[in-house]
Amino acid sequence: MSTSTKPDCPLEIHDLTVAYHKKPVLWGVDLEVPAGQLIGIIGPNGAGKSTLIKACMGLLPLQSGWVKIFGESLKTAPTRVGYVPQRESVDWDFPVNVMDVVLMGRYGRLGLLRRPSAADRDVARACLDRVKLLPYADRQISNLSGGQQQRVFLARALAQEADLYFMDEPFAGVDAATETAIVAVLRDLRDQGKTLMVVHHDLPTAKEYFDSLLLLNMNVVAFGPTSEVFTADKLQQTYGGRLTILSEVANALGADTSRRG
Amino acid sequence: MRSWRQILTRAILPSLVLAVLAQPLWAASVADVTETTWQAQLWRFFSFQDASLRYALIGSIMLGLSCGLLGSFIVVRRMALVGDALSHAVLPGVAIGFLWNMTKDPLPIFIGAVLAGLAGTTMVTAITKTTRLKADTALGLVLASFFAVGVCMVTMIQRLPTGNKSGLDKFFFGQVAALGADDIILMSSVTGVAVVLVTLFYKELLLTSFDMGFARSSGLPVAWVHHGLMLLLAAATVIALQAVGVVLVSAMLITPAAAAYLLTDRMHRMLLLASGFGVTAGLMGAFLSFVGPSLPTGPLMVIAASTVFCAAFFFAPKHGIVARWWIHRTSAARTGRENTLKAMYHVWEQGEFRDVGITLKSLAERRRETLDEALRRAQVLATHGQATVRNDVVYFTPAGQQRAAEIVRNHRLWELYLTNSANIAPDHVHEDAEKIEHVLGETVVRQLERRLNYATLDPHGRAIPGPRQIHGVAIPANDGAEDGKAAP
Repeated sequence: MSTSTKPDCPLEIHDLTVAYHKKPVLWGVDLEVPAGQLIGIIGPNGAGKSTLIKACMGLLPLQSGWVKIFGESLKTAPTRVGYVPQRESVDWDFPVNVMDVVLMGRYGRLGLLRRPSAADRDVARACLDRVKLLPYADRQISNLSGGQQQRVFLARALAQEADLYFMDEPFAGVDAATETAIVAVLRDLRDQGKTLMVVHHDLPTAKEYFDSLLLLNMNVVAFGPTSEVFTADKLQQTYGGRLTILSEVANALGADTSRRG
Repeated sequence: MRSWRQILTRAILPSLVLAVLAQPLWAASVADVTETTWQAQLWRFFSFQDASLRYALIGSIMLGLSCGLLGSFIVVRRMALVGDALSHAVLPGVAIGFLWNMTKDPLPIFIGAVLAGLAGTTMVTAITKTTRLKADTALGLVLASFFAVGVCMVTMIQRLPTGNKSGLDKFFFGQVAALGADDIILMSSVTGVAVVLVTLFYKELLLTSFDMGFARSSGLPVAWVHHGLMLLLAAATVIALQAVGVVLVSAMLITPAAAAYLLTDRMHRMLLLASGFGVTAGLMGAFLSFVGPSLPTGPLMVIAASTVFCAAFFFAPKHGIVARWWIHRTSAARTGRENTLKAMYHVWEQGEFRDVGITLKSLAERRRETLDEALRRAQVLATHGQATVRNDVVYFTPAGQQRAAEIVRNHRLWELYLTNSANIAPDHVHEDAEKIEHVLGETVVRQLERRLNYATLDPHGRAIPGPRQIHGVAIPANDGAEDGKAAP
């Protein structure tokens, strides 16, 4: 197993395997992501899309392999990574308002024992303005629509001022207008030279939104510019038959260990 | 008629005397105080001369503060059951701490109890991680088994020759009067540490509680924060044990925090409120247990906390039952008034705005109601300054006329919008507009007008009231009414 340090490469993944209860969800993933691209992660349910980005951010234990962010491990470069989790992953009745949530994007930069400063508040306000939620800054977060909640998460990620963003289904449950607004913000970030990895569900819009696509089903089926990768053949490979044997073996592994465990 | 005096002397007085005489017997178990009456206890309570009383009060404040503060985090983290498991799991530790040197020395008991509590929560984590069992089942399992072991151990200690004076039985339901100087030092230290740590690491606690994944991806020490919070929780539970008791201590964690949760939408306010409620409940419980009938402190504190919760449940300004009922009532009343205004406008419109007033009869016919009902409606408008009533004729005030025209405008605009932009048939839009007309704000109205190119007719061909009807025209009706010249 070789390690590499490529400081220009936003994300490099080598032989990554992740398992839930011994059952592999991702198997031997190798990936080298070029900088300054808007990248869609596409694949069927259970293909490991969310698992991949969570593993990249160190939220899940890796069974094997490694992940480098700008040539470093995540532990040494957490401020270079921004994250938009799935909207359902938090309790929206939590007693915080919109401003509180966006300020959370600054916490990683602040370090321990330091409170957000006036400058941090200015950044947070600017980010809220970018997603057109500034008038809602004092609202309790449960009083927002689904699309607004999604934009709050986006504003929080913007406040992180990161170079590499992971977004878990930022378009889930939002209306068409919000989706357009979010895409505009994402393209804006891309034009600033940031790299974005976006888990996405909808194939027709995927072709339109993203510069590159990562077709995923337990391992990388294809990765490259959308025009090259978005072909009937490759999509068939991702969503269709080829990998059923792999997933059957994975199921068998899971069943075997749970019987023994 | 047998005189009241006889009844008083023969029946009531003796029983009163009996009650007062019996009081010391009860009080003895309340506060370990000898022979006093409740009046004397009251005096003792408010004179603050008594050392054991001062300990009890300081202890109640400390436990209320730490429980409210830390309880807020377990409520927003949805870990309320963890508090319950923790409190039951500490009992074996209490027993082992006592056995350490066969005294009720607070420090060994504290250490033993905290260790037992952490062992319990670790076991819960281990069970959920290695099996398919979920957290609630694992909590129930660990809670019961640790508690069972604890009950056996404490009972065995009580049976030892030296054990019957151990006072360990107080750990079940709590006795605030049993607190000593050492206990107070320990309680104050733990509470002080909790307050300082929560203040210093508020930011980390907030983010890990709200969004664990995001916290970890930002490089926050999530595991440290979690374990630190669990350790503080265990410590807060243990210092509250002596006063509240194993069985109910989790209620002191949950109830003040739950009441605070109903009252505010911001975490830092919730922490302050919950601490305040915790202290209030602690003091009330201590007070009642001191002067009242012989009852253990724990249940009294929990009853006090639950009373606070009930008050929050009913009277919270935004989320409370009463507030919601009140908002519903006032908005229902407003809708009712606006419907009357609308009916008046319709009648006025039918007469092509020539009449100065609307007769009660025509209003009643329009609303399909009796004359009495129409009169009552008109009088309600009068009390709100939207109309005046004279000789069975109702006249708009300027404010009333404006609102009436606005409501009719809202209704017709909305009908037109639904018909034009949403392609709903004109005969389907009325019901919807009936509701929407009362809630449309001016900004939405402006948008609608722009969308509809300032249309003047609704889908049914009736005029949409414009600014002229709403603000512009001075109406002779009202002047006439005030001059008393209007004829019915």
